[in-house]
Amino acid sequence: MAEKFDYRELGLKVGLEIHRQLDTKKLFSPVPSELNDGVEFRFQRRLRPTMSEIGEIDPAALEEFKKGRTYIYEGNHRLADLVYIDEEPPRGPDMEALEVSLQIAYLLNAKPVDEVHFMRKIVIDGSNVSGFQRTAIVAMDGRVDTPWGSVGIPTICLEEDACRIVERGEKEVIYRLDRLGIPLVEIATTPDIHHPEQAKVVAKYIGDALRATRKVKRGLGTIRQDLNVSIKGGARVEIKGVQELDMIPLIVEREVERQVNLLKIRDELRERGVKPGDIEEGFYDVTEIFQNTGSKIIARTVKKGGKVLAVKLPGFRGLIGREIQPGRRLGTEMADRAKKYVKGIFHIDELPNYGITELEVNAVIEKLGLGEEDAFVLVAAEEETARNALREVLQRAREAIEGVPEETRRALPDGNTQYMRPLPGKARMYPETDIPSIFLPPEEKERIRSALPELPQEKVERYVKEYGIDRSLAETIINDERDELFEEIIGLGAKPSLVASILIVVLKGLKKEAPIDRITDGHIKEAFQLYLDGKIAKEAFEEIFLGLAEHPEKTAAQIAEEKGLTLLSEEETERIIDEVIQANIDVIRAKGMGAMGMIMGRAMAKLRGRADGKLVSSLVRKKIQELS
Amino acid sequence: MRKVERFMDENNIRVGDYVRIVKVDDGEEAVYEGRVMSPYELSEGETLTIKLDNGYNVGILIDGIKRVELIERPKVSETVSFQEVFPKKPGLPNVTILGTGGTIASRIDYKTGAVHPAFTAEELAKAVPEIFEIANITPKLLMNILSEDMKPEYWARIAHEVADALNSGEDGVVIAHGTDTLAYTAAALSFMLRDLSKPVVLVGAQRSSDRPSSDAAMNLTCSVRMATADFGGVTVVMHGETGDTYCLAHRGTKVRKMHTSRRDAFRSINDVPIAKVWPEGKIEFLRGDHKKRGESEVVVDDRMETRVALVKAFPGMSPGIIDFLVDEGYKGLVIEGTGLGHVPTYVIDTLKRATEEGVTVCMTSQCIYGRVNLNVYSTGRRLLKAGVVPCEDMLPETAYVKLMWVLGHTDDPDEAGKMMLTNYAGEITPYTRFDTFLR
Repeated sequence: MAEKFDYRELGLKVGLEIHRQLDTKKLFSPVPSELNDGVEFRFQRRLRPTMSEIGEIDPAALEEFKKGRTYIYEGNHRLADLVYIDEEPPRGPDMEALEVSLQIAYLLNAKPVDEVHFMRKIVIDGSNVSGFQRTAIVAMDGRVDTPWGSVGIPTICLEEDACRIVERGEKEVIYRLDRLGIPLVEIATTPDIHHPEQAKVVAKYIGDALRATRKVKRGLGTIRQDLNVSIKGGARVEIKGVQELDMIPLIVEREVERQVNLLKIRDELRERGVKPGDIEEGFYDVTEIFQNTGSKIIARTVKKGGKVLAVKLPGFRGLIGREIQPGRRLGTEMADRAKKYVKGIFHIDELPNYGITELEVNAVIEKLGLGEEDAFVLVAAEEETARNALREVLQRAREAIEGVPEETRRALPDGNTQYMRPLPGKARMYPETDIPSIFLPPEEKERIRSALPELPQEKVERYVKEYGIDRSLAETIINDERDELFEEIIGLGAKPSLVASILIVVLKGLKKEAPIDRITDGHIKEAFQLYLDGKIAKEAFEEIFLGLAEHPEKTAAQIAEEKGLTLLSEEETERIIDEVIQANIDVIRAKGMGAMGMIMGRAMAKLRGRADGKLVSSLVRKKIQELS
Repeated sequence: MRKVERFMDENNIRVGDYVRIVKVDDGEEAVYEGRVMSPYELSEGETLTIKLDNGYNVGILIDGIKRVELIERPKVSETVSFQEVFPKKPGLPNVTILGTGGTIASRIDYKTGAVHPAFTAEELAKAVPEIFEIANITPKLLMNILSEDMKPEYWARIAHEVADALNSGEDGVVIAHGTDTLAYTAAALSFMLRDLSKPVVLVGAQRSSDRPSSDAAMNLTCSVRMATADFGGVTVVMHGETGDTYCLAHRGTKVRKMHTSRRDAFRSINDVPIAKVWPEGKIEFLRGDHKKRGESEVVVDDRMETRVALVKAFPGMSPGIIDFLVDEGYKGLVIEGTGLGHVPTYVIDTLKRATEEGVTVCMTSQCIYGRVNLNVYSTGRRLLKAGVVPCEDMLPETAYVKLMWVLGHTDDPDEAGKMMLTNYAGEITPYTRFDTFLR
């Protein structure tokens, strides 16, 4: 397939940053790493900006502090001790987490440092109760080889996860404490990825190494992949919150598309002779024009005493409406920026529309004195809010003349991205003096290196050889992270091919029908135990899984009982078969073994899932033979 | 000398140098570039710590280092001159802040990670600008010691500084102090500062001030509020709860650090706090009997007998401990007895020997909460007979400081006993309120 872009020509550079939670105790006190919505206590804190190295406080941060933003923390006594409410110095770090991070380092060809020093990285959005995140480099200088070339892994860090945000209010932000302190491994790559597919390969390789340790958490929110994307002449854009591996190439491609189109818009603006200085902060009150408007949004705002304000964007006509990603325009980016203040904006390129008439558009053009190439943007809101929103629009317009703004963007489900915030400044870090540095003796490193876990590729080979299962089935088990469960169930005594087909074919096949995410590993093991104990037939798995998905609070045995899936004893089975035979005795007498198919069908209709098919078949055969 | 110091000497490397280090790791060369950090005090010294360009520190095994190149040596930075005192704003009250150590206000050097006390007006104004809107602040760094190293002679120095400030027209004094022994200093000042009619506020921080979540700034703000309040006396102002909502002002003789690390570690014991203080300025006095601000001149009475010990009673304790102190020439003993104020009965005779030799022996309780009573059990009655002074609901630490002060004024044991039971600074409440336990 022909590629949409010549990425080499465009100078595409992608770097990855992958965060993954470890399945150990919390990093700085032995509290379980679990999420739980039970709230047993709450408290309120404020965070002050601290002085920088030159004895200064960031004025913006101080301003923010003076506004009196408070953080409310909600917690649960089992999952947040004094360490995580910043009322006790840290303990630890958790040695298991450290060891896992070193395993990951070796699996990624990196070199562990000789001594680990935890640092405090200042974060004052409240997500860390202390106002900083504790983080340490555990290894450096790793490498992932791909068909496109080698990609460097300059650092591997072990750090603590932050609080979960519950609610972001104007004056108050509410956080949940449970996630705070869960160990995270952070793996950063160099920006040496030059193709969207290569980004996926690298992410997959890193993901495989993480999973190989069997000590990483699974499921939604346990892995966070950020992409740093830029092209020649464009800018570094950080894309947060990429959940699925398969989305990576599309997101990269869409970002390239966006930057290419933004650069085209820049070139056109320059051709039109537009300069950033031309965009002036002039607000025009055009409420008058919309006195009798058909636009419901505007009418409602005006009725409530709001204003309709307009700004002039010289040279922007036709460009605000220009598509830069499928379904997203420069206007969309302006609206995203204004979102802090208003729900939406109106721009000339999309009008007349939304109940706004050509007459009204022309009146605005006249009032603002717009030329052929000039554009306007309208906002209807309370006056100060409208001004703030339009200031954001003007700022985005100025940036459009420069090209691509550096920013942090959020990945959207369709592969597009949306503005989140400006790129963070350089982190301020200083030593975490409450935690002594941890010396890693060479013999300790050697011990870890000589006992590295199996990488997924190696595991696939082993499954094929040892369990005799199909390669693609083995790959699916491992990719779906069912491998641990798979081996555990085999350990219970089940046949590998059956386990594989139940886990992958049966269970996964129900994905569309039922919320199978709610079925735990424990449930699945229970079901297999029932099967191994001869209490259910293998045909019963499907029904049991459906039942468990609906009622995860129940046990597999309860579901089997309720749905009548427990196997009948041989005597009971025989009794039912006898009934069927008696009911059809004439046919059997007439046809002899020729009635076998019909009798089996009738018997199974009554016994499916409750008796082993083989047993039924042998009993039916025996009885027919006896009668004929 | 540790290996790291020797290595730095031999290679002419100093803390702060920007270096390139080539290390051999499994036969491969690894290169690190960064700034040399000062070696951790407690590390074995097998590694050299450098700060990488990304801000992280890592330790590099010295034995693995193949070579080290100096890339850049920082120029000696010119000392920044900070303003010592700001011009006074008319209409605002005047508050002196005395620094004694601890890191109630400090700034962090992000290059080296070192924390420096912020004790010029300008540094303080940058760290906690709010307090300059409440009062004209005169900061003064009196000493810079760890609070566990505090001594009676330092209490006296602080007392004189306080008196000088108040008698020269300051409206209040705030003393920034490490929290470990803050309550002892509060008690000492309560006894030493006679005729005190202005606020003397002791304050500390449980979480270091280099972190955004520190309690230091709010505690300091509330302290300055309290120092300008209509109040006269020694008080300790610290967080009232774990949240950053309000502080409590505790009476200097009735306060104790009750937790190793929590912000709200300081609690009034057997007493109701003086006031609730909000950083925004509201002050709610919690009792009707607090002393109002006045004009009297404060007098320092710092005569102290330091040969006083605080001894805890415990099962199986040896009477030899008491004998030892008496033989050493101690003039006073405060016993932290069990329950209502007891010691093992076989220790009573030893205490009797002490009182007979002129040592003042005082009884407090290791229950901390509640009042001693030596009339209930025979052990108590025998202790009374042996001449032991039951110290009512006084905190053991307060009784210890008070006994030093009392014995600085009299060497007559009878007089000392009477003085111990005289209420000088709110250290004894006349009756025990129901609402003062574990609050």
